[in-house]
Amino acid sequence: MDILIAIAVLGGLGLIFGAVLAGASKLFYVETDPRLDQLNECLPGANCGGCGYAGCGGYAEAVLNGEAEIGKCASGGNECAQAMAAIMGIQAQEVTRKVALVRCSGAKTYDKDGNMVTGARIKAEYEGFKDCIAASKVGGNGPLSCKFGCLGFGTCVKACKYDAIHVVNGVAVVDEDKCVGCMSCANVCPRSLIVPVEPYRNVVIACASLAKGAVTTRGCTAGCIGCGLCKKICPHDAITIERNLAVIDYSKCDNCGLCATVCPKKLIKDSNVEKTPLPQV
Amino acid sequence: MNPYVQSLLGILLSAILTENFILVKFYGICPFMGVSKKTDTAIGMGMAVTFVMAIAAAACWAVNELILVNLGLEYMQTVAFILVIAAIVQVVEMFLKKAIPALYKALGVYLPLITTNCAVLGVALVNVQQGYDFLQSVLNGAAGGVGFTVAIVLFASIRERTDRSNCPESFKGYPLALIAAGLLALAFMGFSGLKIF
Repeated sequence: MDILIAIAVLGGLGLIFGAVLAGASKLFYVETDPRLDQLNECLPGANCGGCGYAGCGGYAEAVLNGEAEIGKCASGGNECAQAMAAIMGIQAQEVTRKVALVRCSGAKTYDKDGNMVTGARIKAEYEGFKDCIAASKVGGNGPLSCKFGCLGFGTCVKACKYDAIHVVNGVAVVDEDKCVGCMSCANVCPRSLIVPVEPYRNVVIACASLAKGAVTTRGCTAGCIGCGLCKKICPHDAITIERNLAVIDYSKCDNCGLCATVCPKKLIKDSNVEKTPLPQV
Repeated sequence: MNPYVQSLLGILLSAILTENFILVKFYGICPFMGVSKKTDTAIGMGMAVTFVMAIAAAACWAVNELILVNLGLEYMQTVAFILVIAAIVQVVEMFLKKAIPALYKALGVYLPLITTNCAVLGVALVNVQQGYDFLQSVLNGAAGGVGFTVAIVLFASIRERTDRSNCPESFKGYPLALIAAGLLALAFMGFSGLKIF
């Protein structure tokens, strides 16, 4: 007899709660825009945060509410932007792919005796947290002689969701095939070394040193000293020297690669000059 | 002082510190390990647990006193409480989504996680064992939630540091977290014997 009461009571409780839940789901039903799900489907779902919103869902909601522009999703690229524009019924601009560039050439190489041949000099042994943000907070601008150089503790590597950035010889290097340009790495770099560039650019200035030439030379064998040779040889006036650092204006640059040949510090990268034809932008 | 007020203060103190649900009673370890990687999310989880524990304590007290005790079905408490808690969490989630979207955004992702949290079930069962009345039960639930929040936030801030630290490869991640949790529980042992009166 007891067991029947128990079954009846618990069954009844279950029924009552079930009914309450069913009623509540009707009573508290919140209408959602069907376009929200469609927008979510367009997005890659990597939640990289490159758009500045908390994940893909946040960005989709912001687009739906008209708070965000279409085309902020770097990993989705142009395809994603056009699909989202179609859902929202508006025209989207062409989105070109960008990749991250680490503006540092201070990769350290050593001869067989252990003496540094090229790269940024290390002025102090750093024993703290293996993390760039922590290392950059150490007094005297961190353990590196160059206060603009890549610290190489890989905070950007941890931030990358696509396994597209790795530390090689003490400097972070971007794998352009894997990089989607979300710029998660740039957001965590304490030295603001990472900038977006068009992929497979033949000439990039891989240095961020704003120090005077002599100071830069003391800190690194591959730092921009602002000598201006690249500026003089550029046939398109695309290079200017701003605060002791060469800057390329890509609207004028046609990737001829002359600047890379004259750079005395070999920090203008020209590795792709012969491999890839010049993209006509 | 009125002995009833004294008992309330005693419950408050014991639920937060001396009988902390996580670090002394070891209830609710799954969210404690799972949602403690960042202090922000730990705070969110703690708030959600506090909220649900207070409501669950009230509802379970009502179900126990009004239905189970009257019918002599005390032996079904565990089953009935699980049912009540699961239903309540769902209703609360729906209600928040409709009525207070801001709070839903803050607690939303954590609420379904709490449905099967043993700390919530634990507080309901402890209330029955101790013979608490309605007010004492709700206070025990809310204070237990605060104790949960204290423990998980402390633990999250420790983990944020240990995650960056340079430790032997075999200790990285959960092993180090478990050791830290053990030390934290050991530290909370220091509160045992603490009394106001």
